[in-house]
Amino acid sequence: MSHTDLHDLSVAQLAAKLAAREVSSVEVTQHFLGRIRQHDSLGAFLATDAEISLAQARAADARLAAGERTPLLGVPLAHKDIFVTRDFPTTAGSKMLENYRSPFDATVVARLGVSSGAGMVSLGKLNCDEFAMGSGNDNSAWKPVQNPWDTTRVPGGSSGGSAAAVAARLVPAATGTDTGGSIRQPAALTGITGIKPTYGRCSRYGMVAFASSLDQAGPMARSALDCALLLSSMAGPDPDRDSTSLDLPALDYATDLIAASAATTGTTPLKGLKIGLPTQFFGAGCSADVLKTVRGALAEFEKLGATLVDVSLPLTELSIPVYYVIAPAEASSNLSRFDGVRYGHRAAAYTDLTDMYKKSRSEGFGDEVTRRIMIGTYVLSHGYYDAYYLKAQKIRRLIAEDFQKAFAQCDIIAGPVSPTVAWKIGEKSDDPVANYLADIYTLSSSLAGLPGMSVPAGFGEGGMPVGLQLIGNYFKEAQLLGTAHQFQLATDWHLRRPTGI
Amino acid sequence: MSQTPPPVNSFAQMQAGRPTGPLVQGYEVIIGFETHTQLTTQSKIFSRASTAFGAEPNTQASAVDFALPGALPVMNKGAVQRAIEFGLAVNAHIAESSVFARKNYFYPDLPKGYQISQFEIPVVQGGTVEFFLGDEKKAVRLVRAHLEEDAGKSLHEDFIGMSGIDLNRAGTPLLEIVTEPDMRSSAEAVAYAKELHKIVTWIGICDGNMQEGSFRCDANVSVRKPGAELGTRREIKNLNSFKFMQQAIDYEVRWQIEQLEDGHAIQQATVLFDPDTGETRSMRTKEDAADYRYFPDPDLPPLVISREWVEKTRAEMSELPRVMAQRFVSDYSLPEYDAGQLTQSKAVAAYFEAVAAASQQPKLASNWVMGELSRRLNTEDKGIELSAVSARQLGQLISRIADGTISNNAARQVFDALWTGEGSDVDAIIEAKGLKQMSDTGELEKIIDDVLAANAKNVDEVRAGNAKAFNALVGQTMKATKGKANPAQVNELLKKKLG
Repeated sequence: MSHTDLHDLSVAQLAAKLAAREVSSVEVTQHFLGRIRQHDSLGAFLATDAEISLAQARAADARLAAGERTPLLGVPLAHKDIFVTRDFPTTAGSKMLENYRSPFDATVVARLGVSSGAGMVSLGKLNCDEFAMGSGNDNSAWKPVQNPWDTTRVPGGSSGGSAAAVAARLVPAATGTDTGGSIRQPAALTGITGIKPTYGRCSRYGMVAFASSLDQAGPMARSALDCALLLSSMAGPDPDRDSTSLDLPALDYATDLIAASAATTGTTPLKGLKIGLPTQFFGAGCSADVLKTVRGALAEFEKLGATLVDVSLPLTELSIPVYYVIAPAEASSNLSRFDGVRYGHRAAAYTDLTDMYKKSRSEGFGDEVTRRIMIGTYVLSHGYYDAYYLKAQKIRRLIAEDFQKAFAQCDIIAGPVSPTVAWKIGEKSDDPVANYLADIYTLSSSLAGLPGMSVPAGFGEGGMPVGLQLIGNYFKEAQLLGTAHQFQLATDWHLRRPTGI
Repeated sequence: MSQTPPPVNSFAQMQAGRPTGPLVQGYEVIIGFETHTQLTTQSKIFSRASTAFGAEPNTQASAVDFALPGALPVMNKGAVQRAIEFGLAVNAHIAESSVFARKNYFYPDLPKGYQISQFEIPVVQGGTVEFFLGDEKKAVRLVRAHLEEDAGKSLHEDFIGMSGIDLNRAGTPLLEIVTEPDMRSSAEAVAYAKELHKIVTWIGICDGNMQEGSFRCDANVSVRKPGAELGTRREIKNLNSFKFMQQAIDYEVRWQIEQLEDGHAIQQATVLFDPDTGETRSMRTKEDAADYRYFPDPDLPPLVISREWVEKTRAEMSELPRVMAQRFVSDYSLPEYDAGQLTQSKAVAAYFEAVAAASQQPKLASNWVMGELSRRLNTEDKGIELSAVSARQLGQLISRIADGTISNNAARQVFDALWTGEGSDVDAIIEAKGLKQMSDTGELEKIIDDVLAANAKNVDEVRAGNAKAFNALVGQTMKATKGKANPAQVNELLKKKLG
């Protein structure tokens, strides 16, 4: 196989070639660095450094030469710019952190990396919405990201750079973070696979915090199998660094998944699986092309033996105001550390301390971030706290309870990820509320802390990809990945590629 | 006919039955305390950086303390352990589940832009601090004690036109102990603070170093006419010596009374005490008060403390000063005053118990520890752990007093010899200095007879009922024996011979 085909290989295939020493990590890395340079106009990357990536690749090759055979060794990836990294700058998509360099690696980065982890080579940092706030990647302070399926459209957000890079095959896989849908929605809009695990499954240490009670890291790749490979290394307890990380060991998701599919024979491997369809996810709010595609995918699941049952998540609509109270409240506090005192942007001239704060923060933060800080500050203020923040927390608990009632009737919940396919760049920039409303199908499971994923399900308007959302109960990542894997064995939506790239 | 019930936990209700303190110009003084005690953990409350005092600026601050992007707090179990110990020491309720909250405000020495503290549900709830004010037993009720992190320091002196920030102190664990407004005078307030200081150092959760800021008191002070509504309070910040504490409160009370007498209302304010002028001055008033936008910290799950943890701590805790003092009263038949003095510190109490055990004379042991020994230590500004006389030596000395070998006066000479290092064995010193009391009755009787013969006039006066003359004879006898006679024995023999 020639090197020009390397970018078409999955993580699992690349790993196998590396393990067989058919290709070196340096060769693979050089190949992908070339692709990244070639498709720079997509805007997916914020930072690359060939020397650093190649040094990591040489380290991986040394481990391979020494006989080590671990599932991800030598395979390249790139990290969303929300993860702090020693080797590359970390800006979180914000002017506030221009040229910021972290003295430590995020736990997820370290666990995947060459020096002490799974041995993956980092190709750089991926563009995202500023501080992960947005759903079109148009809130990046640096540049927009284009959707490889139609470069006039957004890739989704906030992990838009990750999604575009994977879809354009500039990287075999990427990390993302999901607070209210930021892995699932861009995965859906670019036709790739992404999973947001149960809250606490992956350590948040080293993720620039947006909303601490919601933020969760996850892998983005072209298939469920590749996601499973990455998640096995990313997940796991981190009690010395993140108090909210779950005290549950990471599972070997990929091995489990392969073993499970090998054990099932016949044409109905999903027999016995009950898939719940919330009536609220299939209403008038969802565009017809998306609904049709999602229903088509669900029919495929039926063919594989699964049963579809109707369930109800009555507070789905309320998840929008609840999320847009809680997330900004936490963000307003989390972003207070960006004050121009110790690091980050500081205004060039100011009259006194208050003026320094005001100017540094006004200059450093973009509009959407400023908007959310203001909303968050308001809802936490004396006299408003009970009516907004406290009320939102109460409804949040009710939303979580509704999911448990639904899971009494089914194993997995399914529906659309996004009510529409990717929209044109700039189309919704002036209408924050329209953006907020489009998060409706991903917010409720985020608020409940449940794992969810997006699986390529076909194409809608303009030939743009549509994602199917699968939501599992707590800690059921393996079941989600296994279900998606069976679907991907039977379909080829996840193998479709955008033309011209 | 309906009647409005009095509000629950109203100030009046809380204070019902509590005595009025000494009035100042007809005003009752009301004081509540908030004390920040720095806990003795090796590392910070939410990071692994060291808490040691005095290092080069910013060398003891980790990514968490600098609030670098992506850094997260992780609870230091040692800080929780110390909070539990404090709660048990003051008979408080230890919350099964308490909550950390963020107190949001901007200041350069507050790196995250918020302080992690406990707001609605603190770890220690209620409790009482008991102590003596003179002979009067006092009990100050605690509202709560909560865990929180300290801020860094702004350094304004060393930089022209700029300020420096030192984050070594940022994240140092604090237990903030809050009282009800139960104190009625500056003297009572200081006695409370001293007792609290004793408790936290006794149980070892705080080193008590007030100069280094390990024990910082804020006093909420108000005045009112007896029976009137509670007056508006002003908070005196950062009282870091007992002396300034009393001065500051006294000044503040006089200032408030003067304002009221002049017809001015008191504005709620935070004030600082200036030891140079002896005055308090306002830092900020209520109008400037920030909205801290408290909310539960999503980075930290609720602090859950199991009953087992509490009971294990209770079982492992050393005897508390209050309990030990009671034991001294019942086991050693000491007066309450002695018991209180001897339990000022663990070291003093341990020293006393060793002396009492060695001598089997608890009251004499108490007298010597509180008297001669403490005088010497004070003169040389030493703690009891540096005493030149060991407990064993003092015990031996007291035994020699008790068995009549030496007089009290002679014992002081022996003590002096021990203290200066002139000798180390009590009996050897007694021998070398010839301090043994005369135990031979025959010899003493002979000397008395000589004294009586030489002082016929005094003898006549004694017989006429002059007590002074009797004392003179005692004195003459003691002189004649060079102080070696036992004065009690002299008394007895003289009475016999003259009676």
